[in-house]
Amino acid sequence: MTTYKAPLRDYRFVLEELFDGAALARLPGYEEATADTIRAVLEEGARLCEEVLFPLNRPGDEEGCAYENGVVRTPKGFKEAYRTFCAGGWTALACDPAYGGQGLPHTVNFCLEEMISSTNLSFGMYPGLSHGAYRALLLHGSDEQKQRYLPRLVDGSWSGTMCLTEPHCGTDLGLIRTRAEPAEGAYKISGTKIFISAGEHDLTENILHLVLARLPDAPAGTRGISLFLVPKFLPGADGGIGARNGVRCGSIEHKMGIKASATCVMNFDEATGFLVGKPHGGMRAMFSMMNSARLGVALQGLGLGETAYQSARAYAAERLQGRSLSGPKAKDKPADPLIVHPDIRRMLLIMKAQNEAARALAAWIGIHIDIAEKHPDPAEREAAEDLVALMTPILKSQFTDGGFAVANLGVQIMGGHGYIREQGMEQLVRDARITQIYEGANGIQALDLVGRKLPMHNGRLLRRFFHPAERFIAAHKDDPALQEFVLPFAKAFGKLQQATVLVAQRGMRDPEEAGAAASDYLRLFALTAFAFMWARMATVSLPKLGGDEAWFYKGKLATARFFMNRMLPETSSLLTIISAGAKPLMALEAEAF
Amino acid sequence: MKVLVAVKRVIDFNVKVRVKADKTGVETANVKMSMNPFDEIGVEEAIRLKEAGIATEIIAVSLGVAQCQETIRTALAMGADRGILVQSDAELQPLAVAKLLKAIVEKEKPELCILGKQAIDDDCNQTGQMLAALLGWAQGTFASKVKREGDRLLVTREVDGGLETVKLKLPAVVTTDLRLNEPRYASLPNIMKAKKKPIETLTPEQLGVDVAPRLVTLKVEEPPKRQGGRKVASVAELVDKLRNEARVI
Ligand SMILES: Cc1cc2nc3c(=O)[nH]c(=O)nc-3n(C[C@H](O)[C@H](O)[C@H](O)COP(=O)(O)OP(=O)(O)OC[C@H]3O[C@@H](n4cnc5c(N)ncnc54)[C@H](O)[C@@H]3O)c2cc1C
Repeated sequence: MTTYKAPLRDYRFVLEELFDGAALARLPGYEEATADTIRAVLEEGARLCEEVLFPLNRPGDEEGCAYENGVVRTPKGFKEAYRTFCAGGWTALACDPAYGGQGLPHTVNFCLEEMISSTNLSFGMYPGLSHGAYRALLLHGSDEQKQRYLPRLVDGSWSGTMCLTEPHCGTDLGLIRTRAEPAEGAYKISGTKIFISAGEHDLTENILHLVLARLPDAPAGTRGISLFLVPKFLPGADGGIGARNGVRCGSIEHKMGIKASATCVMNFDEATGFLVGKPHGGMRAMFSMMNSARLGVALQGLGLGETAYQSARAYAAERLQGRSLSGPKAKDKPADPLIVHPDIRRMLLIMKAQNEAARALAAWIGIHIDIAEKHPDPAEREAAEDLVALMTPILKSQFTDGGFAVANLGVQIMGGHGYIREQGMEQLVRDARITQIYEGANGIQALDLVGRKLPMHNGRLLRRFFHPAERFIAAHKDDPALQEFVLPFAKAFGKLQQATVLVAQRGMRDPEEAGAAASDYLRLFALTAFAFMWARMATVSLPKLGGDEAWFYKGKLATARFFMNRMLPETSSLLTIISAGAKPLMALEAEAF
Repeated sequence: MKVLVAVKRVIDFNVKVRVKADKTGVETANVKMSMNPFDEIGVEEAIRLKEAGIATEIIAVSLGVAQCQETIRTALAMGADRGILVQSDAELQPLAVAKLLKAIVEKEKPELCILGKQAIDDDCNQTGQMLAALLGWAQGTFASKVKREGDRLLVTREVDGGLETVKLKLPAVVTTDLRLNEPRYASLPNIMKAKKKPIETLTPEQLGVDVAPRLVTLKVEEPPKRQGGRKVASVAELVDKLRNEARVI
């Protein structure tokens, strides 16, 4: 059995102790977001996720979605759960009050997204995609479009999709073929999109498809792509739904995981579409909301990892097998619980260290998204935006690779019982697998980091991480109590600086060098960022060992030590690999593979 | 009509309760606390009465330590209108709670008090009855259905033999049973609004109530561990064991 209780204590730790979450309430527009409100919101969100979404997770996986004649049925219970979710106002959490939103910080939404992913990733896809559509329209829609559609997305009565992928075109969106012909003040959209999450389902009365397509005069490649809004039902005169539009679901995919999320082939046959933003401005529009979508996927990885950890921990405490190498621990029982064994502890600690560092890093970046949006000082906004842009590919890759690895360790801890369906652990592995692929496969994230984010504004983005890291090291490296945390972090940071110079110099001469280093460089960066988080968490925890909650802070420190001593050293081999360069990769002729 | 709902802060029903090493009580440090589930049902019922146009104002009352504020906030987030906290660090036994509630009733003059039939920590199942007696009001305990008919309240009660319906003259005290309703989740807008709803803080002294415990807890122990079952070979052996070992027949 999988078990899950929302990590509310850890949210309080990162939002109230590690970072100055109270700063959120000082940002104009976020006055309501005080610590006690955030607590109350997260507590109720946790209840909903634990009591409503979680029980539907495994049955939803077993039943999956059903397709018949263009109609898609979600698994039993999803409709009612979706209704409860919308009635509680959860779709509106971080949306603009001008359109019925609650106007809470993105940081809070991050926590909610993690809890939803922990308890039912498939379910979360539906409101998740709607939120993507909401952001695209909010940032690029006309006033009329915003007035008409945003309140529906905010209250969840209509849902949204993102239609990018086509059969011959995944990563390389320049290959898009879907056409848009001007007609009567709007456009006729024709083409086939595949893999469209939430493309068709029975949860809402209408679905708003945001579609990338080409105008007749479009230049080739990504410069010739425009964004269109194609509603399943055209809006009626009264604001409700009108005529059925020419977009239909041709089939749904049978797939490895997230089986309760409908992944649809969508056929557009002269469907009426409305241009969003400028002609040929589709890629720009997509990019501006890419960060938030990618971070959403990052949180999916974290969410799944958390459930895997909690479930494996409970199992390891109960399952009796073998005796401790240092002599029996449960003398009254026929064997000791798994948790006494060093190798089980190794796996559990990797899981815990990964999850908690990721949660801290997510909060740090979440707070900067809020600063980037609301801070009155443009310099602060720019700095925050830079950090978010830099860290987005790192979070996307690290949290999803990590989430998959953590779920996989969960199976290992449960042994054969983890492998059979009934226990629910293998579902987490299958569900986690997609997070490494969609919203830009993780290899593409690494290219984004190395090829776009590093050189951007002459390295300005990079400095938004480097400077606070340097400041932290300078401030704490002479404190004897902290050295066991700060020095390993400083060492890893040194390697990251070395690798950055290497990648930049070699990449300038030969782009293939940058491509060859990208994934390992991203991992090195991610581990260094995790070390930064663990060093900061240790700094906050050390003075609190005497209090009521000593157990909590002791856990933080022990995990910080584990991370520094047994996970961070991977940075050494990563630097060695990066230094080896592209040659060993490119030497083999394609035909010889 | 004005409705007063009592909400108690108790150890969350999901928590595995541990007895303190010195057997003076149960461990409450670092334990998740929540609203007593029967009280949640009480708040829900009050909200439904308000939605049906019967109740006009819902006051959530909690008695105990400062953190009971959080329990009141939960009730406010569900839809109660305002709160009253009677703050005290003393151990509050059912009689003291009933007396405090009576004092608040005299101040607020509600027509209906809704309490849980019992709290899941001490399982006393006394406070509602005591309050009704002290006030001299009608009482409908273990309610699984509440309906207003003119100036009367029809309360269906869960009793050993099945269901019993009583007609109460208002004002009255009702205590809730599990099947009365299914409490709602607080909505996000209501959670935000709850922050702005007023909570008045009073003390037992201000209400002129002596809350000194009348009962003494001698010792708290875990229930005996369940023994593993045994298979019997025949009916005769079963009867023999029931008669001579278990001594139940
Ligand atoms: C369950 C599911 C849900 C999805 N939901 C949506 C959705 O809602 N909307 C939508 O539009 N799409 C969706 N997708 C599509 C998804 O985003 C794509 O699968 C993804 O972008 C990768 O495209 P592809 O599958 O065509 O792989 P390809 O682009 O063919 O890539 C294959 C591999 O090659 C690598 N690669 C490709 N190009 C390069 C390069 N230049 N350099 C280095 N490596 C490269 C990739 O990293 C990848 O590992 C979904 C897919 C699935 C399976």
